[in-house]
Amino acid sequence: MKPNNVQTPSATFPLEVKGITAAYRDKPVLWDVSFQVPEGQLVAIVGPNGAGKTTLLKIIMDLMQPAAGRATVYGRPFSKARQWVGYVPQRGSVDWDFPTNALDVVQMGLYGRLGWFRRPGRKERETAMQCLEKVGMADFADRQISQLSGGQQQRVFLARALAQDARLYLTDEPFAGVDYKTEQAIVALLRELKATGSTVVVVHHDLGTVSDYFDRVVLLNKSLVAEGPVEEAFTPENVAAAYGGGVKYLAGAK
Amino acid sequence: MIDLLRDLFFDYTIRNVALGAAILGVVGGTLGCFAILRRQGLFGDALAHATLPGVCVAFILSGAKTPIVLMSGAALTAGLGALLILTIVHRTRIKQDAALGIVLSVFFGAGAVLITYIGGSGSGNQSGLDRFIFGQAATIVRDDVITMGILASLALLVVVLLFKEFKLLSFDPAFAASLGFPVGRLNVLLTMLIVVAVIIGIQAVGVVLMAAMLIIPAASARQWTDRLGTMITISGLFGALSGVSGALISATGANLPTGPLIVLSATALLVVSLFLGRSQGFLWSWIGSRRNRRNVLSNTDPSIPYRGGVG
Repeated sequence: MKPNNVQTPSATFPLEVKGITAAYRDKPVLWDVSFQVPEGQLVAIVGPNGAGKTTLLKIIMDLMQPAAGRATVYGRPFSKARQWVGYVPQRGSVDWDFPTNALDVVQMGLYGRLGWFRRPGRKERETAMQCLEKVGMADFADRQISQLSGGQQQRVFLARALAQDARLYLTDEPFAGVDYKTEQAIVALLRELKATGSTVVVVHHDLGTVSDYFDRVVLLNKSLVAEGPVEEAFTPENVAAAYGGGVKYLAGAK
Repeated sequence: MIDLLRDLFFDYTIRNVALGAAILGVVGGTLGCFAILRRQGLFGDALAHATLPGVCVAFILSGAKTPIVLMSGAALTAGLGALLILTIVHRTRIKQDAALGIVLSVFFGAGAVLITYIGGSGSGNQSGLDRFIFGQAATIVRDDVITMGILASLALLVVVLLFKEFKLLSFDPAFAASLGFPVGRLNVLLTMLIVVAVIIGIQAVGVVLMAAMLIIPAASARQWTDRLGTMITISGLFGALSGVSGALISATGANLPTGPLIVLSATALLVVSLFLGRSQGFLWSWIGSRRNRRNVLSNTDPSIPYRGGVG
């Protein structure tokens, strides 16, 4: 196992996005987006549907090539920094009928460190079990994943990211389709990660909870609308600019 | 029955046919699991049809029906078909089902034209290529079994070595890519293994029925387990069992075709699995839901505050 937490360059940003422009064929999805994420912060990427949030995440992780610009993780291209990154994809992106159980899914977070050919063994099982305990899912380790509720599936995905033992967590809509109690459990977990010095980036769409949950916000609608600490950047004017006005909840925003 | 079993071990033809069918069943069952879990069940169908022009071209160029030559030709066009499907899906707006349909029909069409051309060109031993369409297991000889065995061992070895990688690729490709696994290349490799399974199978069951040997054992195995490793083992066993049963039933002398009988044997196992399968079978879910209903209705759990209008 490679030691993960040593040698993370501390002088650079956990995540830096420089002038990223991207398009699906002739349709621009991101236009000259730049921002930096400082260490140890809970950051929300917020914007309307089609604002390019998930695309941005894909580009950061090298899953898609931008037309221009680049993203770096601790000053390096993602391919040289992936051991510091934990990833939580959208829950709906996989087939939960797949023949596997919760513990097995969490062990997948260790596959990168195991490398080619090697199978997970007793040590990996124990690590995965600890991660399931951290998300309160230890009792469900042997449960076939289709028999878990949406919130439980989300927590299994989070446990898998915990198994990656990362410094920077990229999570795509972790609150989508989970009940209030699960949402609180997930928030508590993200705060715990932050307390241990990790940086957490969350693609988020519930404007009402941004001020409560996050330190910083990146307001996106194809181009960058605003970015910074929530109290400075998450203003009614900026939100209206990102969503094109007509957003009712705004009373809650500072 | 006893005679049949004795023939299985001592009759040269029956033994080879049964062995070949068993090998086909194991490989088809194994790779079929990945195929259906990745919703690529019909990939095998398209690739099987895509072998036909390869078989014909190999025959035209070599003028002989040496199995290894014909299989190489089959592998070549099937591989080409596979790359074409992956490219079409990746580069155009045509979706996978349409891409499969295009490759299947174009390649099969080309094969049909070539078979007719060979038939009309009057070369002496041209006839018999059409046996690849529905398969003719009785033509399997010892050399074929050896070739099939070697190919099968190689394919199974790759699956054993890369089990963890293939599992992750099948369940969550984006996550696999984020960990640094070359998802594109693994995808091509897995598809090429399906090509291997197909060329092992076309001689016995033919290009038309080959897809069944990828899909049916895997779908049956899924009814019995919720673990991928177990599913693959059961699927391989079911595949082998279907192969041997088909070969033996065909050998009873009723002059029935082996390939279709193999597929029908596999289907019989599927029906049994759908009813009795421990994980997803009808019977157990029915018993389970009855039990649940009884338990729920007799519930005295005080943590549920309001229990309907009773009381």
